Amino acid sequence: MSEPVTAPAPRTTRADALRFYGLWIAGAALLLVLPLVFSSGGSLTTFSLIGISIIFALSYNILLGQTGLLSFGHAVYYGIGGFLAIHGMNAIAGHEWPIPLPFVPLIGGMAGLIFAIILGWVSTERAGTVFAMISLGVGELVASSALILRSFFGGEAGVTTNRTDLPAFFGLTFGPQIQIYYLIAAWVLISTIAMYALTRTPLGRVCNAVRDNPERVQFIGYNPHVVRYIAFCFAGFFAGIAGALAAINFEIANSAYLGLVQSGVVLFATFIGGVAYFFGPILGAIFVTYLQLGLTDLTAVWQLYFGIIFIGMVMFAPGGLAGLIMMHRPLARGGTLHMLLPAYLIAAVPTLALAGGVILIIETVSRYVVHADASTMVNLFGIPFDTSQPVTWVIAVVLTVGGFFVARMTWRGIAAAWDRAATAARDKGHLA
Amino acid sequence: MLELIVISTLNGVLFGMLLFLLSSGLTIIFSMLGVLNFAHASFYMLGAFFGFQLTRWIGFWPALIIAPLLVGAIGMAVERYGLRNTHKHGHVAELLLTFGLAYIIEEIVQLIWGKGPMDYRVPAALDFPAFTVFSTNYPAYKMFMLLISVAIFIALLVVLKRTRIGLIVQAALTHPHMVGHLGHNVGQVFMLVFGVGTALAAIAGVIAGPALVTQSDMAMLLGPILFVVVVVGGLGSLSGAFIASLLIGLVQTFAVSMNGSLASLFGPLDPSIGPSLLTDVWNVTIAQVAPIIPYLLLVLILIVRPMGLMGTRET
Amino acid sequence: MSAAIEIDAVNKSFGNAKIIRDLNLRVEQGERHAIIGPNGAGKSTTFNLISGYITPTSGEVRLNGEVISGLSPFEINRRGLSRSFQVTNVFGRMSVWENVRCAVLWATGHRYAFWKNVDSLPEVRQRTAAILEDINLAARRDVPASLLTYAEQRALEIGITIAGGANVILLDEPTAGMSRAETERAVELIRRLSEGRTLVIVEHDMSVVFGLADRISVLVYGQIIASGTPEEIRGNPKVKEAYLGEEAH
Repeated sequence: MSEPVTAPAPRTTRADALRFYGLWIAGAALLLVLPLVFSSGGSLTTFSLIGISIIFALSYNILLGQTGLLSFGHAVYYGIGGFLAIHGMNAIAGHEWPIPLPFVPLIGGMAGLIFAIILGWVSTERAGTVFAMISLGVGELVASSALILRSFFGGEAGVTTNRTDLPAFFGLTFGPQIQIYYLIAAWVLISTIAMYALTRTPLGRVCNAVRDNPERVQFIGYNPHVVRYIAFCFAGFFAGIAGALAAINFEIANSAYLGLVQSGVVLFATFIGGVAYFFGPILGAIFVTYLQLGLTDLTAVWQLYFGIIFIGMVMFAPGGLAGLIMMHRPLARGGTLHMLLPAYLIAAVPTLALAGGVILIIETVSRYVVHADASTMVNLFGIPFDTSQPVTWVIAVVLTVGGFFVARMTWRGIAAAWDRAATAARDKGHLA
Repeated sequence: MLELIVISTLNGVLFGMLLFLLSSGLTIIFSMLGVLNFAHASFYMLGAFFGFQLTRWIGFWPALIIAPLLVGAIGMAVERYGLRNTHKHGHVAELLLTFGLAYIIEEIVQLIWGKGPMDYRVPAALDFPAFTVFSTNYPAYKMFMLLISVAIFIALLVVLKRTRIGLIVQAALTHPHMVGHLGHNVGQVFMLVFGVGTALAAIAGVIAGPALVTQSDMAMLLGPILFVVVVVGGLGSLSGAFIASLLIGLVQTFAVSMNGSLASLFGPLDPSIGPSLLTDVWNVTIAQVAPIIPYLLLVLILIVRPMGLMGTRET
Repeated sequence: MSAAIEIDAVNKSFGNAKIIRDLNLRVEQGERHAIIGPNGAGKSTTFNLISGYITPTSGEVRLNGEVISGLSPFEINRRGLSRSFQVTNVFGRMSVWENVRCAVLWATGHRYAFWKNVDSLPEVRQRTAAILEDINLAARRDVPASLLTYAEQRALEIGITIAGGANVILLDEPTAGMSRAETERAVELIRRLSEGRTLVIVEHDMSVVFGLADRISVLVYGQIIASGTPEEIRGNPKVKEAYLGEEAH
C-alpha cells in the first residue's frame, strides 16, 4: 500500500524528547481523568470497551502494520485469552489462591502467547495472501473446535465467572464498573508502552524490513520466517491480554470471542484507524467502538454502514484516519493549512447530502422490507422522514444522485486546493 | 452399508463438483488478477438469492440463465470500479476490498431478504426420484446438479484448451505478468474474467440453493472451506483445485454420515471421570467433527506440503 | 587457501530450458572479478545460484571451501557473502538511516533482540553513520528510500550490501543507468569498499570492468567461454567474436 514512512525518528533534540514524553504523560493523565468528567455508567462501560479494543487493535497492528501480515484469525488468541482468564478466575476463587484480579490479564496473555507459539510456526511460513488464508483456516479450526470441546469452551452458552470472588486487591473488589475501568486503563497504559517499545527494538525494525521487502531481508542475514514468527507470538500475547480483560469485564467468554466476526471487527478497527502509524489503531479502536455502540441504537443495519465506511477507506483513504490526519502535518508545519478550509467547507455540503441520501435509501429499504412492524419514521440530521411515503424515496434518490454529481465537482476543488497548499508548504521546506 | 457408501459417494462427488465450480472461478481470478476474491462465496450466495427471487417471479429455468448473468454483471462492475482502483495500493488492499465486499453483500442480502431460510424449492419438473439405490431414492434434482456441474466443467476444459482466450488464461495461470505484455485490452480481459468467475459461482448458487439451505449465512459457512480447497490444491492450480474439491467433498460427506467415535470403538470412559477435554474428544462422533475436517486437512497440508498438492505459483 | 567462490560443473534448468550449462568458475580470495557477457547469458542467474536464491539442478557451489548450494540465502549471507540487485531492492518505506541500520543489526550480534532499544546501541549507530559517510548519503539520512534519486538508491543498495561486513560481495550491474560522472563516483566507492574483500561484479560498462577488475570471466549461453586477466580477455578471439565486437576501453 502506498503509505508514508512509519519509522519514528529517534529523539535527537531536547524539545523532541520533551514533546514525546509529554504526549505519553498527557495520555496517562487523560486515562486518569476521563471518568471524573464523564461519570455515567454508560460512559464507564464505553471507555472500558474502548480500552479493551485499543489493546486488541494495537496487537493486531504488530502483524498488519509492522510486519505486513494480514490475519483473518487473530480473534483466536483474544478468545483463548478470554477463556483461560475465566477458567483461571474460577480456579483462583475455587482454590482461594492469593492472586488478585489485576494479575488475571497476564494469564490471558500467557495463554495467547502459548497458543501463538504452537500455531505460529506453521502459520507464518508464508506471508501475503497465503498467510491470510492460513490464518482464516486455522481461525475457523479453533472456532469450530470450540463447539466440540464443550467442557472447556462451554458450548454455545460459554463459560462464566464472578470476578468479585477473587481476593481483594488493596480493598478493591472490582465489582463496580469504575474499578474495572481503572484496571483496564492501567493495562492499556502498560500494553501500549510495551508495544511501542517493541517497535524501537532491533526486532521491531527488522519486522518493518520484512514487511517492506522480505526477499532483501534474507540478504542481510535474517530469516524472515523467524521474524514473522516472533512478531506473531507477541501479537498473540497482547491479544490474549485484551481477551482476558474482556472476560473480566463481561464475566463471560463464549465461542463468539474466537470467531471470524471478531477477527473482522479488529481488522476493521485497525485498518480504519490507520496501519502506518503507531497511534492509528488507537484511533480506530475508539472510532469503531463508538460507532458500534452508538449506531446500534439508531439503526438495525449498522453493520452495513460499517462495511461501507470500511470499503470507502480501502478505496479512497487506505492510510486510515491516522493517515488522513498526518497527511495534513506538513501543511500545518508550513502554515498553509488554512488554504484548504474553504474547499473543505464547500465540499462538505454536497458530500453530506450524498451521505444523507444513501442513508435514507438504506433506512427506507430496511424498514420497508424487513421491519414491517417497526416505526416508519427515520430521523436524519434531526429532520423526520416518513419512509412509507413515496416522497421520501424521491428525496433519497435526488439527494444521492444529485449529491454525487455536485460533490464530485467540489472534490476536484479540494484536489486543487491541496495542490496549492502542498506546493506552498514544500516551498517553505516541508515535505508534503 | 454398501447403500450408505454409494449414496455418500454420489453426494460427495456432487459436493466436490460444486466446490470445484466455485474454486475454479476463484483460481482463475487469482491467477489472472493476482487477487484472491474473498467475496467469491458471496457471489455464490447472490446467485442463490437471485435464483430464488427470479424463480418466484419468472420460473426456475429462466432464472437459471438470468441470475448468473446478473451476478456476472455485478462482478464486472466490482472489477471495473472497485478492484481496478485499489490495484495500485497492492494485493493486501485488494484482499481487504473483497473482504469488505463480502461483508457488505451479506448485510445487503440480510437487509432485503432477512436472516431466515428462503423457501427455494426444487422445480416441479425435477422433483422425482431418479433411481433407487438399494432402499433409498436418489432425487433427480441432484442428478441434474451433477449434470450441470460436469457440463460446465467440460465446457471450461474446452474453452481453456481450445480457444484463444483459454490460452491466455492458461498462460496467466503460470505467468501472469505476460498477460500485461500481450497488447490486448487488459482491462477488458480482467473485467471479463472476473465477470465469468463470479457468474460461475452464481450458477453454483442457483442450482445449489434448492438442495442446500438458502440463507444469508451461506457465504460465511462455505467461504472458509473454499479457501481451504484452493490452499490445499495449491494456489493457482486448476487441477489442484479439482482434486482438492473432490477430496474435501468426499471426505466431508462421508464424515457427516458416520457416527463412529472413539467411544463407539473402544467403549465408554469410566463415568467417574467428570466432563473434561478427554471425555469431549473421546465421545465426539465423526459427524460432529465433520465441520472442522477441512481445516485439519489444511493444517496437515501446511506441515507436509506447504505449496499445496499441485502448487506451482509463489505469491 | 581455498578459493573464495568455486562454481563446480553447475547446471540449471527451468523446466526444459537449460539456462546454465556446465558452469565452472573460480574466484580467488581478495580478488576483484568481473563477469561479462551478452544479455540473456545467465549472469543474474549465476548470482542467484551463488547467493542461494535458486538451487543448481546439478553441480556444487562452494564458499571458502564449504558447499553452499542448497542453503537458504540467509544461511549463505551469515557465512559472509552478500549481494546487491540489478533492480534496486531497498526498504522503500524506511529512511536511509533505517535501511543501513537494519543491514548492520545481524552482524553486530543483535539479531532478534526485542529487549534492547535500537537507538541506544552505540556500535550500531557508529557503524551505520560510517557507512552513510562512505556512500555519501549522510545528508539524506532521514529521507524515505523510495524518494531518493536513482543514483542515490543505487548507492544505498551498495551500502546495504556491505553493511553487514561480508567478505565476499556480489554486485549486480551497480552502475546501470548512471551518468558518466555518477559512474565514476560509484566505481571509486566500489574500489574503496572492496579493499581487502573479494568482489564479484556483473557489468555492461566496459570502462568499469577493465578499470576495476583483476580478472574477468565471459559468460555466453550459460557457459564461461574465457577467464583471465583483462589483457588476456581483450586479446581472446573467442571473446571478441561472441561479445566484445568493437574496441572497448
